[in-house]
Amino acid sequence: MEQQIVKVKNKKGVRVIPGFGLSMGVTLAMLGCLVLIPLASIFISASQLKPGEFLDVVTSRQVVSGYAVSLSCAFFAALINAAFGIVLAWVLVRYDFPGKRLMDGLIELPFALPTAVAGISLTYLYSDQGWIGSIFAKIGVDIAYTRIGITIAMVFVGIPFVVRAVQPVLEKLDRQYEEAALMLGANKLYTFFRVILPELFPALLAGFGLAFARGIGEYGSVVFIAGNIPYKTQIAPLLIMTKLEQYKYADATAIALVLLVISFLLMFLINSIQIYMQRFSKA
Amino acid sequence: MKKEEDLEKNINPDAVGDGIHSIQKVIEPPKHASRPIVKYILIAVSALFLLVMLVIPLIVALVNALGDGWAAYKEAVLDEYTLKALALTLLATVSAVLVNTVFGMFAAYLLSKFYFRGRQALATLIDIPFSISPVIAGLVFILTFGNIGWMGDFLKAHDIKIVFAVPGVILATIFVTFPFVFRELFPVMNAQGNDEEEAAALMGAGGFTIFRRITFPHIKWALLYGVILCTARAMGEFGAVSVISGHLRGKTNTLPLHVEILYNEFNTTAAFAASSILVILAALVLIARNIVEWKRK
Amino acid sequence: MYVEMKHINKTFDGFQASRDVSFGVEKGHLAALLGPSGSGKTTILRMIAGLDRPDEGDILIDGKRVNDLPGSKRGIGFVFQNYALFRYMTVADNIAFGLEVQKKRKGEIKSRVEELLELISMKDLGKRFPHQLSGGQRQRVAFARALAPNPQLLLLDEPFAAIDAKVRRELRTWLREMIGRVGVTSIFVTHDQEEAMEVADQVILTNLGRVEQVGTPEEICLSPQTDFVREFIDAKRFEALMGIEKEEA
Repeated sequence: MEQQIVKVKNKKGVRVIPGFGLSMGVTLAMLGCLVLIPLASIFISASQLKPGEFLDVVTSRQVVSGYAVSLSCAFFAALINAAFGIVLAWVLVRYDFPGKRLMDGLIELPFALPTAVAGISLTYLYSDQGWIGSIFAKIGVDIAYTRIGITIAMVFVGIPFVVRAVQPVLEKLDRQYEEAALMLGANKLYTFFRVILPELFPALLAGFGLAFARGIGEYGSVVFIAGNIPYKTQIAPLLIMTKLEQYKYADATAIALVLLVISFLLMFLINSIQIYMQRFSKA
Repeated sequence: MKKEEDLEKNINPDAVGDGIHSIQKVIEPPKHASRPIVKYILIAVSALFLLVMLVIPLIVALVNALGDGWAAYKEAVLDEYTLKALALTLLATVSAVLVNTVFGMFAAYLLSKFYFRGRQALATLIDIPFSISPVIAGLVFILTFGNIGWMGDFLKAHDIKIVFAVPGVILATIFVTFPFVFRELFPVMNAQGNDEEEAAALMGAGGFTIFRRITFPHIKWALLYGVILCTARAMGEFGAVSVISGHLRGKTNTLPLHVEILYNEFNTTAAFAASSILVILAALVLIARNIVEWKRK
Repeated sequence: MYVEMKHINKTFDGFQASRDVSFGVEKGHLAALLGPSGSGKTTILRMIAGLDRPDEGDILIDGKRVNDLPGSKRGIGFVFQNYALFRYMTVADNIAFGLEVQKKRKGEIKSRVEELLELISMKDLGKRFPHQLSGGQRQRVAFARALAPNPQLLLLDEPFAAIDAKVRRELRTWLREMIGRVGVTSIFVTHDQEEAMEVADQVILTNLGRVEQVGTPEEICLSPQTDFVREFIDAKRFEALMGIEKEEA
């Protein structure tokens, strides 16, 4: 979503390079068959629901609490990731230290590690028997099978999005802005928050949005640690799954549609903010 | 006294050949180790975060896999169903990588080399699978090809099974990894511009010759990178496949699903043992990724 | 002497950017650091500002050795080559930045910002953002921002490099006049000899990290002391320039 399409020179419709028809045909055919037509099914199915039915499903207590759990946990996880993501990106760009390359490579681990594996490992680690969970259990804090556990799993899957969004921007950031602030007498902390952070903000927002969206939709790594307690730790994707297992396809479709709309709105909002922020970058 | 750190040196970058004796010399920024406390605190915070959030879970998986000894591990890994699940995972992964590579190359070529109405919209559509919950990705195939789906009757009449069968698993895997190769190729092709292709076309080269001789050499590393990312995601896909597979042991179970079943049967050691195969594959992918990234630079 | 450089040496990763650099600038003067690219003039400016540290030698400002003083405590205003205006702040916020950092009272900041906006003839543009300004306007804002905390010394790094050739001449005259009006000691870096000769009271000509000659523009043009200076100064162009100025006068 950060990718911006640079206008191709040849705007007059004169196409010198061959292959337009073929590549257009293949692209549309594959996109249509593999993504768009299946995706359309959800809207076709949803259109067959009666509005009353639809509302009953998506406003039922269980479903509303599912959305609430997914959205709130994903939001907090994305916030945590934004904070740590900036620190990690800063450390990786600005400092030299032994093990830096390893650290850089590790960031990608959640992309590479299958979510189910992450899920059972995190559950094991944070259960009241686990290495970390047992420490917290002593002070009376349960992590696995609570919203804290869900948030931790979402932090796990979301961290690479923020780091990889911020890192390249920080690398390219002109040092003159910092030097200007320092010359005017600002200390490092003030310079960071007033001058550097605004420069990083569009990228940070993109990373935050991707991590947030991923958290809302995430299933594999969350489902084990969530424990699926109704009204408490049932996440929205799990509700869809449960309805499917009960062959309640209409209910599953309704829940999915709302989740889909939330994701699209989120992406749209973040895109709009970024387009707005781009205006400043001309200077 | 604090000395402001890492201040970059910059010698008049724009003035080339404007005076006599002009020398061009690139100067590295000096690495002052100033305010080391802040530096070390930030590095420590980062390392701790990665340790707790990423490294320890990984160690947990490996330690538990060997929790009941080597023999138990070997037995769990060489279990018939585990191997069948691995085979299906590999089949789905290879299919997804092939399909998405073909798509990625055509789509990136189309969007970077030609200007047409709706270019931006098309790019957005391609990205859709990224922002969709994998569970929903599985659901859309059930709503299309399942018994209640609008193609359900047609498939039944011709005795084709997609949902709760291998084709469904493959389709779902393709769906969730659909944009991966495209997203790596597109920025590279876009940045490269059209001049070389136009020159070749004016000399009479055909589309495939242009792609093979001109475009491809520029994108081979990006392509490999995209393939690696696609592989990683495809072999680990869980949610979408979980919805559509029907969890038929030995038939439609992929390795991640097999892990789930073992885990839910309280067969923890076997679950972690099966996971360890995926962990090793993930490690290989990470190493390959780092090598490719290093080569690209 | 208000600013004095004494036997400064500076090396970056094996590249010697300054070799035994010594010169001084009188209080209230406008000095030009002139030289081809890579001659080490920007390094000198950055060392005066405290953005780089010399390996050897002393930097004196107002008689005090400032080597160990951070740049922000040296009473210096710095105008960066690309201005480095803060993109997400308005013109007024940019100018106010240095005052806010000093925790000045709100009213005081406001009146000082207004005063400076008036000085740079941009009274009504305080609410604009940098991307809504022309190149020349941006330079004026950078100038005002550097002046806001009342520095005793103003440093400008290639102040006209990012500006259209057409407007450059106009802006030069403007800057010369402004610095004269404010009365702040100033040093600017340039690779354009015409610019240096026209604007500065004093020229410090550098080459390959060394100071070749220090003097008034006339001294440098009329009695160049080294082969390099002779080569670098295009005598004809200088005469032509003087001719034009005479005609105008």
